[in-house]
Formats: sequence, structure tokens, C-alpha cells
Amino acid sequence: MWRVFFGVVMAGYTENELAEDLNKQEYRYGFVSDIASEVVPAGLDENVIRWISEKKQEPEWLLDFRLKAFAIWQSMKEPEWAHVAYQKPDFQAISYYAAPKQRKKYESWDDVDPEMKETMTKLGISLEEQQRLTGVAVDFVMDSVSVGTSFKAKLAELGIVFCSFSEAVQEHPDLVKKYLGTVVPMTDNYYSALNSAVFSDGSFCYIPKGVRCPMELSTYFRINAGGTGQFERTLVVADEDSYVSYLEGCTAPQRDEHQLHAAVVELVSLARAEIKYSTVQNWYPGDKEGKGGVFNFVTKRGLCETQSKISWTQVETGSAVTWKYPSCILKGDHSVGEFYSVAVTNNFQQADTGTKMIHLGKNTKSTIISKGISAGNSQNSYRGLVQIHAQAENARNFSQCDSLLMGSECGAHTFPYIECKNAGAQIEHEATTSKIGEDQLFYCQQRGISEEKAISLIVNGYCKEVLNQLPMEFAVEAQKLLSISLEGSVG
Amino acid sequence: MLEIKSLCASINGTEILKGLNLSIKAGEVHAIMGPNGTGKSTLASVLAGKEDYEVTSGEISFDGKNLLELSVEDRAREGVFLAFQYPVEIPGVSNVNFLKTAMNEIREHRGLPALSAKEFLTLVKEKSALVELDASLASRAVNEGFSGGEKKRNEIFQMAMLEPKLAILDETDSGLDIDALRTVAQGVNTLKTGQNATLVITHYQRLLEYIVPDFVHVLFDGRIVKTGGKELALELEDKGYDWVKA
Repeated sequence: MWRVFFGVVMAGYTENELAEDLNKQEYRYGFVSDIASEVVPAGLDENVIRWISEKKQEPEWLLDFRLKAFAIWQSMKEPEWAHVAYQKPDFQAISYYAAPKQRKKYESWDDVDPEMKETMTKLGISLEEQQRLTGVAVDFVMDSVSVGTSFKAKLAELGIVFCSFSEAVQEHPDLVKKYLGTVVPMTDNYYSALNSAVFSDGSFCYIPKGVRCPMELSTYFRINAGGTGQFERTLVVADEDSYVSYLEGCTAPQRDEHQLHAAVVELVSLARAEIKYSTVQNWYPGDKEGKGGVFNFVTKRGLCETQSKISWTQVETGSAVTWKYPSCILKGDHSVGEFYSVAVTNNFQQADTGTKMIHLGKNTKSTIISKGISAGNSQNSYRGLVQIHAQAENARNFSQCDSLLMGSECGAHTFPYIECKNAGAQIEHEATTSKIGEDQLFYCQQRGISEEKAISLIVNGYCKEVLNQLPMEFAVEAQKLLSISLEGSVG
Repeated sequence: MLEIKSLCASINGTEILKGLNLSIKAGEVHAIMGPNGTGKSTLASVLAGKEDYEVTSGEISFDGKNLLELSVEDRAREGVFLAFQYPVEIPGVSNVNFLKTAMNEIREHRGLPALSAKEFLTLVKEKSALVELDASLASRAVNEGFSGGEKKRNEIFQMAMLEPKLAILDETDSGLDIDALRTVAQGVNTLKTGQNATLVITHYQRLLEYIVPDFVHVLFDGRIVKTGGKELALELEDKGYDWVKA
């Protein structure tokens, strides 16, 4: 019996090791919490998938879904077209499941593991504070299993479902079954296939017809147990005439070995609905020499039905390698897709990020505002596709891609693809590349502002159009992140 | 307050200032005049600490401190203000945010608590009226899309907010029509106290009709070749710079 090996292990370091790590590294949120995890041994085969599914007491159809995806994944090759270079992960060296050991079900937040609370405090997220002051319902994901969901009762009154993915599978199987894999099919790409096979948990959200979600829904992801890949699955369904604003924020503790993150996010915006999806991503980017850091290979896509709208906003400062294109399929007539992005790379980080706007319906409209900032030895690429199909009469797109360079060792690249099969379409693309001006810095410093603060001011000004799209409390956090990420990068 | 002794400075190996001496006391207004390319703006840049310029010899003391040892921002925090000839645009950063950051950094340096939002805004209102700066400009991005005149007014507005000990006005009159010139000059005059000093760098005598200097210096070939009272400016206007060169 191979299950004998799944003992409970402590995910933490000793205090000395932690102290040493903190000394060596400069990552602000780099700490490891000492929470007992249940970890599956490294490696991936059908047995592991069956184990995960059984562990989560999943219905047969979901196990079939996983196994089918696994078979597809095995026949696929890792993509190489992105403008990034990295050591490919060894998929047999990854553990595909780690769940915090749950002693009991939490009745209230007072029952939550104090150490977990401390972790959240270090992240600057006090749940109690957030609940009370900002009215944000937080679904905190530590490793792969959601530990707690708040404000559930309040949301339930409105018929809103906001819970962990596993819970949704148990309690709302019809909804999950109806929409899972409809926007990002398991065959879509190498990592979406892998995710479909092994996803451990994630978030699920359903807004019923005509309901306007009264609060920002928020999930904090965090990779915690050492050497554990994380395969989140998020599904947000906004039924007809509904509205939801969803926030996703990520920080991860430092790790020497590369950590793989391959999430799939699917958004379904039915007729006249609107989904606003905001992300602040700050995973460990590796040290100054480019050692370590998270690999972030994410598939995010939304489907817009008639007159609906999906708006993606992302502030990306972390990860060693990022490969991410939140996209919109504008299927319904008069639907609207938006993409606002700030991507910061420093030291040896590599980012290849952008969006796809697929115009299928008539009078569809999309806007792309992308702001790249490169510093150190990093490489920052924008890759975007604007595709206007023949039947998409009167489609419009506006794209603006700006790059800001700091120092002379970094690179900024833009790969805009435009495919237009309808002569009535209107497509605009603007691009600029600039350097932080010595003159701007001198001007700020002459007014008494330190160089670091001056850079932070200038960069935040440059990103303003995107930051303005974020909900208030996230915008503040994002501004701090930008400053932290670029510290000491002009010399 | 400011004591410059035998200052020599160069840029890219070319010597611009060649042994300049200048002494400014609190409460005084000094004007530096001279033809193009004699080192007027270089002097302003060296005082502010711009990196491109290398000080090869000489001394500058400011309020008893060795100015040359201080960083650009520390000079500003000690009270050196440069009104730029070409104010820089900073897209996306509001004037108000920019100034608030600057003021609080300066206050922190001087051991003062940060201003509250209310105190700050009261100050903005008061000081922007002084230079007749349109209230909407305060909330717009720093100098972005400002006209030439608005940029110069904005410089004086910032000066009014930051209350420097030594204000250096580098060609503040360039690009200003007569009304704007009068407003800017009036602002400068209102800010004058017995504790601060002003160094006006200009081509033309015109500005000095409104900001009346106690001393006029003529800068030529990296040195001050003539010093006099306000009447020297008129004499220069009359006789041209060839008169000093001779």
C-alpha cells in the first residue's frame, strides 16, 4: 500500500534556517509558516490523480475529466514560443498535493490556527481588519485547500456562491459541471491540460441573475509548503444582468528551488453581466543572481455573451518566469473586453505577458493598456493578439503598449499580432518606449525628494491609468509593491 | 549665507566656470547677468548639484555647511531651491502629490512632523493665489501640458510652498509675456524676507524692473567681471555686453 507514505510532515524550517534565509535574501514576504501539511510524494501518474480525486471525495465525472486531461497532457509538448529562457521543470519531482492539516472545522475566525493568522499579518492582510473595515470577503488559500471563507452568510442571502472549488464540487456540482472547461478547454495548452489533471483547489464564484455583488470578492493565494507545485482552478460565473468585482492577490515565501505555478482561471459573463477581475501578483522572483523564484504559467480567459463585459486588471511584480495572457472571447454582440496591465521585471526576471481579444460578435469593443517596466538584467515582453473575425461587424480595438526602461542591461519587447478579417473594423495600436529621465530624477531631487522616492513617484505616475482601475485598497498595495520591486534599480 | 570661493567647474572636460567668487547674505537679492555661454546656467546647476558638472576646484559654503559634500536632495532640504529654466514634465504625478512628497521629505529632514492633509491644502490655496496659478493646475500632472507661462508660475508656486532660504531663478523671465512676468515677480517679492535670499539669473534687464536687485554681477567667461548696484543693469542694457568685455 503506497498510501502508507502519506504521513504528516512539517512544512517549516527550523528557526535558524529561516533566520539565515531572511538574511541572505531580500524578499519582503519571504517567510515560511510552520503549519502541518499533508503532502503527496513527488511524481505524477494516474494513481496520484486518482488519489487526489479520492482525497477530495470527487464525483466520478470529475475524476474522468482529470484522467482525460492527463492523457492529453502526456501527448503534448511544453511550449517554447514565449520570449523566455528557463530550465524546464521536472514534472516527476513535483508534489501535486499539499493540504494544511485541518484539526477541525472552523466555526469562526477565532478558531483559525494562530500561526496562519500571523502569516496573514506578515502579508499585511489582517482578515478581521479587512472584514470589518473594508467589507472584503476573503477566501484565503494556503497551499491548495481553502482554509476559510468569510461573509458567506451575507452573500448567501443574495444567492451568491463564493467558496473553495472543492466545496463547489460538493455543493454545486451542476454549476461546476456546466461551466468547467468551457472557456479554457483542457486541450488548450500544455499547462491548462496539466492543471485540469491535477488541480487541487481554487475558488468558485457564481452571481445569480440580476444580482450586483455588494462587496469585492477576494482570494489570497500563497505557495507555502516547500517544493509543492500549485495548480489553482478558478471559475467565476456571472449570470445575466449581474455584476461582480473579484480580487486576487498573491505572495509566496522564498524558495531556492524553482516552484511551478500553473493556474487556470475561467470567467463566464452571461448576457449583460460584468466581471471585473483584478490581480496583484508578487511571487518570489528569485534572488539578485537569478537563482530560484516561481515559474508562473497561467491560463486566464473570459467569455463574454451579448452586451456583457469583462475587465482584467493585473499588476505583476513577482515570479522568475511569467507566461500569462488574460484574454477575452467577445462572443456576444456589443460585448466589451478590457485589459489593463503593469508588468515589472527586475534583476533576472523574465515576463512574457499580454492579452488576446477575440472579436466574434458585432459591435464588440476591446481596450488594451499595457505598461511594462524593466530594470536590472530582466526581459519584459508584451505579446498581444487582436483578432477580428469575419462576422464581427463594426468591431473596435484600441491598444496602447508602453515600455519603461531603467538602466541599460534590461530589455523590453513588444509582439503585437493583429488579425483582421472584417474590413469595417477599427484597430488602433500605440506604442512607446522611454527611459526614466535623468532630468525627471534631478527635478524631483532638487525639490528634496530622495532618489528611491522619486523613482517610485515617476513609476506610479507612469502606471496610473492601470492602477486607477484597481479597487482602492488594492491600488495602495500595488503602489507599495512597485516601489519594493524597483528598489535600488537606478544607479 | 552663500559663500563661493574661486569656483572652477567643467562639463565633459570643458572648463566653464574659471574661478568664480560670490557672496550672498540673508535678505539680499542678487542678479547675475551676462551673454549666452558665459556660465550662468552652469552656476545654477553646480549650486543645485547636477551630476553632469564636475567641480574641479574652489569652495561653496551654505549656512556654514560645505555644499559640495551634500547630495542634491540634501541641498534642497537645507533650503536651496532652483526654479528651472525648463521645468520637467512628470506624467501621471499630480502637482499636489509631488509637492506633498517634497514638503514632507524636507520637513522630516528638519525634524518636523508631516503636514496634515488639511494644513497642506490650506497652504496650497494660499500660495497658488499668490502667483495666480489656476487651482486646476494644482491637481494636474506636474507640468504636463502646461504652457510656458504656467510652467514658470508653477516653479514660483513650488518655491512659495517650500519656502527656501536661497532661491535661484534660472532665466525665469524667458518665454513670459509682460503680465506673467509681473505676476511671477510679484510672487518673488512677496516671498522675500530678511531671512532668505534670491539669486536671479537673467539675460535681460526687463525682469529687474520688477525684482529689484541689491547687487548686479556681470558674468563673463566663467568669472564675475563687474559688480554694482541695480543701476548696473540699466547701464548694461544701454551699452551692451561688449562694454564689459573690453
